[in-house]
Amino acid sequence: MKGEAVNAPVEIREEGTAAQRPLLEIRDLAISFKTSGGEVNAVRNAHLTVMPGETVAIVGESGSGKSTTALAAIGLLPSNGAVSGGQILFDGEDISHASEKRMIELRGNSIGMVPQDPMSNLNPVWKIGYQVRETLKANGLPDGPDDVAKVLSQAGLPDARRRAKQYPHEFSGGMRQRALIAIGLSCQPRLLIADEPTSALDVTVQRQILDHLDKMTTELGTAVLLITHDLGLAAERADKVVVMYRGQVVESGPSLELLQNPQHPYTQRLVASAPSLASRRIQAAKEPGVESDDLLAPAEDVVVEPSMPEDVLRIENLKKVFKLRSGLGRSTDFTAVDDVSFSVKRGTTTAIVGESGSGKSTVAQMVLNLLQPTSGRIVFDGVDTSTLNSKEIFAFRRRVQPIFQDPYGSLDPMYNIFRTIEEPLRTHKIGDKASREKKVRELLDQVALPQSTMQRYPNELSGGQRQRVAIARALALDPEVIICDEAVSALDVLVQAQVLNLLADLQSRLGLTYLFITHDLAVVRQIADHVCVMEKGKLVETGSTDDVFDSPQQDYTKALLNAIPGARLMLPPEVA
Amino acid sequence: MATYILKRFLQLIPVFLGATLLVYFLVFSLPGDPIVALFGDKPVNEAVAAKLRTQYHLDQPFWIQYLLYLKSIFTFDLGQDFSGRPIAAVLGEVFPVTARLAVMALIFEAVFGIIFGLVAGLRKGKIFDATVLVASLVVIGIPIFVLGFLLQFTIGVQLGWAKPTVSSAATVQDLILPAIVLGLGSFAYVLRLTRTSVIENMSADYVRTATAKGLSRFRVVRVHILRNSLIPVITFLGADLGSLMGGAIVTEGIFNVPGVGNRLYRAVLSGEGPTVVSIVTVLVLIYCLSNLLVDLLYAWLDPRIRYDS
Amino acid sequence: MTPDSNTARPDASAPATRHIEHFVADFSETPLQATDKVKEDQAPLSLWAEAWRNLRKQPLFLISAFLILVVVAVSLFPGLFSPIDPSPEACQLGNSDGGPAAGHPLGSTQQGCDVYARVIFGTRSSVTVGLFTTIGVLLIGGIMGALAGYYGGWVDAVLARVNDIFFALPLILGAIVLMQLPMFRANRTAWTLVLILVTFGWPQIARITRGAVIEVRNADFVTAARSLGVSKFGALMRHVMPNSLAPIIVVATISLGTFIVAESTLSFLGIGLPPSVMSWGNDIQAAQASLRSNPMPLLYPAIALSITVLSFIMLGDALRDALDPKARKR
Repeated sequence: MKGEAVNAPVEIREEGTAAQRPLLEIRDLAISFKTSGGEVNAVRNAHLTVMPGETVAIVGESGSGKSTTALAAIGLLPSNGAVSGGQILFDGEDISHASEKRMIELRGNSIGMVPQDPMSNLNPVWKIGYQVRETLKANGLPDGPDDVAKVLSQAGLPDARRRAKQYPHEFSGGMRQRALIAIGLSCQPRLLIADEPTSALDVTVQRQILDHLDKMTTELGTAVLLITHDLGLAAERADKVVVMYRGQVVESGPSLELLQNPQHPYTQRLVASAPSLASRRIQAAKEPGVESDDLLAPAEDVVVEPSMPEDVLRIENLKKVFKLRSGLGRSTDFTAVDDVSFSVKRGTTTAIVGESGSGKSTVAQMVLNLLQPTSGRIVFDGVDTSTLNSKEIFAFRRRVQPIFQDPYGSLDPMYNIFRTIEEPLRTHKIGDKASREKKVRELLDQVALPQSTMQRYPNELSGGQRQRVAIARALALDPEVIICDEAVSALDVLVQAQVLNLLADLQSRLGLTYLFITHDLAVVRQIADHVCVMEKGKLVETGSTDDVFDSPQQDYTKALLNAIPGARLMLPPEVA
Repeated sequence: MATYILKRFLQLIPVFLGATLLVYFLVFSLPGDPIVALFGDKPVNEAVAAKLRTQYHLDQPFWIQYLLYLKSIFTFDLGQDFSGRPIAAVLGEVFPVTARLAVMALIFEAVFGIIFGLVAGLRKGKIFDATVLVASLVVIGIPIFVLGFLLQFTIGVQLGWAKPTVSSAATVQDLILPAIVLGLGSFAYVLRLTRTSVIENMSADYVRTATAKGLSRFRVVRVHILRNSLIPVITFLGADLGSLMGGAIVTEGIFNVPGVGNRLYRAVLSGEGPTVVSIVTVLVLIYCLSNLLVDLLYAWLDPRIRYDS
Repeated sequence: MTPDSNTARPDASAPATRHIEHFVADFSETPLQATDKVKEDQAPLSLWAEAWRNLRKQPLFLISAFLILVVVAVSLFPGLFSPIDPSPEACQLGNSDGGPAAGHPLGSTQQGCDVYARVIFGTRSSVTVGLFTTIGVLLIGGIMGALAGYYGGWVDAVLARVNDIFFALPLILGAIVLMQLPMFRANRTAWTLVLILVTFGWPQIARITRGAVIEVRNADFVTAARSLGVSKFGALMRHVMPNSLAPIIVVATISLGTFIVAESTLSFLGIGLPPSVMSWGNDIQAAQASLRSNPMPLLYPAIALSITVLSFIMLGDALRDALDPKARKR
């Protein structure tokens, strides 16, 4: 279906009462940045409209320009950025080139902001109450201790008076975000810009906070401009969704309609790959090794033939207790993993899902033999790993390999890609120089990276490309089990889908077994056969993915499933 | 908070003991008869030598010597120097002078370093910043005694704005020029440290949030940028007090200031072991205390530190 | 609390449903690119290569590198730069405190020696002391700091205390104390000076190394190396150390300058190199007395000293900017 011409600004047609002026109208906006490589156009021809009291979400991946556009509206572009064209009309006034004085007047009481990362956005040296008070004072509102306490408790912080006297580092992540929301809404602005307000938080906390934010903005009649990378979240929380890609608005419209009937190819791609919306298990791509543009190609339902898999990995009553030093010589015990038992069948994917502090990463480290359990057994291929001597552990390492979360930290910046992938081969003294080079080339092929990547360095590759190198490295020793510790959590949605596809593909061709650690239940649905749900060190529920998703037994599992953004949207199974 | 202070104080003790032990060991226990060494190049006077041997308990085992020595420090009974004057009295004369000099240098470097550093950081890349960067580099690079002579020559001798050498009273006015010379190197360092800190904090997330709240630029700079940028600077200044006192030797030499450095230098040249050891011990004590002070300051400035673990 | 999706939030004056238009951009103006394609246009660029590229454009680096090359050349081949023999025998008392004259472009000292020649020939001792002290400090401080930072635990606790103890004695102070010992008073050479400076100079490098190692040792790529079978010590040598080098190099470069100053300061105080060895510090000390009448014999060695030290500090500064980790991340 052909797209429509884009140059005319979009108008909202009113039906019923008198025409209402949009609160925020962005027309043909262009923003450019001065970088060492010249001028970069971060945003081109952007346009969107926010009516009073409306919630509009801007959705996009990193580099789409969504945050830049929103920041321009409050005049907070970084020093090397500037609006190079178009208009930003706030209540009819063009503020794209307004004076700093005018912007200071508007900020706080007309336009508020809730930023993304709760840790870095609160000044660590001042008390929370102080940071709220200065906001009230700067905007001409009463700033007594009662007023401060009222603002904090309205944002959902219990015991507000006492909390106001504390410092940011004494709060949990969720509490800090509430404090930021309190600050953002303290002067009752007409427009609130929420920049990924919950992406740094656990999923259950996210839902609580977003619900609360909804409640507050509805009561105050505040319009919200919500920036997010999560299409499901955007559709759930906003009336209107604007999709941005590489600095331009590619599609916008009512949320549900956009999801059910995406017109632009990019939106279609997003809808197809968003984990919370896709409800199918990813099947392996039809042609292995070919980088296909068409992600999540609607494959025929392939039934996985188990062919009598045995337990390649068995965890029995695993327990890990850490001693935390507090004060002089005293120490308290912290149980990170408490009596966890489960098994992993060969050739399948088992996901361990939990929020922060659940102990899932600790389990992974123990399986990798990087951490010794306090008690319990890890049985790999029938052998208890705690009984292995150092030579046997060395052999063990060939069969169990990890892939870590942070693509920017898991590759040695000093090694080029060839050396990185070759290192396992050299360490285990496999083959000679020529055969190792051949193997590296093969591995690069398997992860769909061009051969020229061999000479490159990690700093030249993107996050997704680095993860693929990490996968290649993990495959170098022909392992049987791969532990993926939040391996796709740091990637953009489309790149994430690409990597998940690759992993599924490799599993079916090489017969790999995956232990997939993640906090994202939606991703679990896409790649796992079995799920183990962990909370605070304990294994809460376990079963096949279908069972756990369709009929969760435990309250915590139900809460987790409920918290998936977009989970409540009813979508027909075939979306593309 | 109390645990933090206690822990830091306890960590200090082995450092102090270790440093003084090291000094004592170096002076009195390395090969060679220390008493003979005490006489330096002069002929050994046997009566005096015997007296000194008993005075310094050299007939006792090393550990006892050291412990007795420590006791003498805390009872201020440090013995006598070669001209027969009680060392404690000598120290009582010279330490206040050097303390005055060091404090003046500290004030100079703190006030000007922070102000210039703040302005340079806020106006990064502009003329003031570039000039200040180059100038500070030059000041750090030129050795203190060269600068000392240069300033003494130009300001003291040629321009006559200040006295080229300091009188024995060592008044505050006399010490202005030496204080500037002493503080110049640290001034440049404080300037650069402030500048770097300000630049880093300027692009911090919480500064952006503060601006988003509708605060005036002035308030954002004062309450958020400056306050956070000062943390590393003030901790450096605290430590610098200790090193200024210990490092004033050259400056005191050039301007003839009757302070610790001068006295120490003369003691070294004439081989007065006991005086050297006493002075160095007190300097180490001051260094340890200023380190403790720095730790306390740091805890006061940065609330995150107060809650250990 | 499920928000309704297709209806807009009702506000006071518009009870009716609002229609939100579904806008789609022109496909030709918003072309879709392949997801995450590898850029193949440039030659491979490691971090060091990138740093070098940035460095080459910095005027600070170019000037300081040039000056250092000149200084090194002068210290290796002083004869090339000065035809005059500066040894005491060649000094003619008749020239005592003479101003610039033919054959003596910078004048003469009180002993009648040519200032220019002494400056040129004095370069070697200062640079030698600086260079070897830095090497010694890197070895001792680097090893101690790396072991303390990497292995942690009691190794770190012990080394940290030892570090603190030596730190309590500032460089000059410690050197002064050591120098007054009989065994050092008797034979003062450049090597004893190096030894003494290393003894009190290693704590700083140890501290920097320890900090750098602690920062790197928790990186994922180190854990990845361990999990593919690299030994703990192997990971230290092959992954942690190469990534810790940047701050160490910066501090080492600046320290070189500091040690040259230290040597001059000690010589100036009369307890550095013996007067028989030609050095800038000694010359400055000797020229002090006649500062008012003839400032030249003091000024020129001072200038030479300043230029040398300045160039090392500028180089360290330029390196620090080029190797700044914040500039590395893309």
